[in-house]
Amino acid sequence: MSWAGFLRDGQQFLPILLQGVWVTIAVTLCALALATALGVVWALMRTSGKRWLEWPAMIFTNVIRGIPILVQLFYIYFVLPELGVDLNAFQAGVIGLGIAYSAYMGEVFRAGILAVDSGSIEAAESLGMSRARVLSRVVLPQAVRIVLPPYGNNLIMLLKDSSQASVITVAELSTQARLIASSTFKNQEVWTLAALLYLCLSIPLILLVAWLERRFGRR
Amino acid sequence: MIEIDRLEKSFGTNRVLDGISLTVRQGQVVCVIGPSGSGKSTLLRCVNGLESYEGGEVRVSGRRVDRRSPEIRAIRREVTMVFQRFNLFAHRTALENVTEGPIYAAGESRASAEAHARELLAQVGLTGKEAAYPSQLSGGQQQRVAIARALAMRPKAVLFDEPTSALDPELVGEVLTVMRDLARQGMTMAVVTHEMGFAREVADHVVFMDRGRVVEEGPPAELLTAPREPRTQDFLRRVLRPLE
Repeated sequence: MSWAGFLRDGQQFLPILLQGVWVTIAVTLCALALATALGVVWALMRTSGKRWLEWPAMIFTNVIRGIPILVQLFYIYFVLPELGVDLNAFQAGVIGLGIAYSAYMGEVFRAGILAVDSGSIEAAESLGMSRARVLSRVVLPQAVRIVLPPYGNNLIMLLKDSSQASVITVAELSTQARLIASSTFKNQEVWTLAALLYLCLSIPLILLVAWLERRFGRR
Repeated sequence: MIEIDRLEKSFGTNRVLDGISLTVRQGQVVCVIGPSGSGKSTLLRCVNGLESYEGGEVRVSGRRVDRRSPEIRAIRREVTMVFQRFNLFAHRTALENVTEGPIYAAGESRASAEAHARELLAQVGLTGKEAAYPSQLSGGQQQRVAIARALAMRPKAVLFDEPTSALDPELVGEVLTVMRDLARQGMTMAVVTHEMGFAREVADHVVFMDRGRVVEEGPPAELLTAPREPRTQDFLRRVLRPLE
């Protein structure tokens, strides 16, 4: 593989790969939104102190954590239509990854909530704040600071795991790369480019998480 | 103001409060002393509704304290609490710690809450520390922020749960001074403390508790210098002359 040849191939492949990059970004962001929202729900249910809320959340998150993402994606894309739920590949990918990661996010959030100093929660209660206010003014702001590093870590893993959506034909970066590689047989060039593009996506995220840690971790 | 009537509370099989009765009248400063594990802190926590209780009753201004009733929030705004470990909001500045309750529990406007908070921080000697975070303050300063936070609700009474027990000895004085000034202004206070000097000088009434019961109570001059009960005599001798 010469440099000149690599650059020439690169020029030719890059536009197709970039289409995949946009899909990867879209899948990651949509799945992140779903995983975060659901994760907060699981975490609040599991720290509610009410058994009828704790149990369903615990069972759900553990079942999800115990099944490979690949199998979950197949299930949503191929089995749900038999039950009358029709989803396109993108929707199925987002829902599959979002639900899978909601279990991991939920655990991260739960740990964050439990790590908040219980004394500050009592102090807020002793001032006569409502439960919702104690949560929004005292628990969550402190939990966010604790949770940011593991949350960022999960986000980077989610970005990379979005490549698993290729098994259900989502046209993200790794799908596009495989498409080109199998038609041109230029495996080295294609997969080197794909790896570089993934790094271009994940390194800014790594830097962002490090910055957030410094920004919020100060106190 | 605060009426505690035959209060009973257990943690598992451990009976922490064993039918205790106590009254704090308007403008009165009541100090509760006694050995660790005698139920003093639990007693205060029941008054603030931070603990539930099984028997008897706690009333604040005639209203029953029940931590599960909707009324509890109104009661807590009337009787606020200062904790042994300060329990400040670590993610907020001194000023924000003080305004948090008025704005988010009492619905006061930010402008008036901040003006009041600055006055209170000045009153506890913390002018210039408004923008400091708790981690940037000494223990004594943190506890004074906590006192300002408790006063910001314009409470009818303040509960102090061993407010100086977590402090370096040299920082105890600055907190006790603030509390003494507060008492002189006529604030109703219930203070769980090991500071006998403070109890003697500031309290109107001292209660000695052991094993969830009131062993003896009376004016500080009587109880602290000439206790009747052997258990009280024994406790005071150990506290005042630990080496003998």
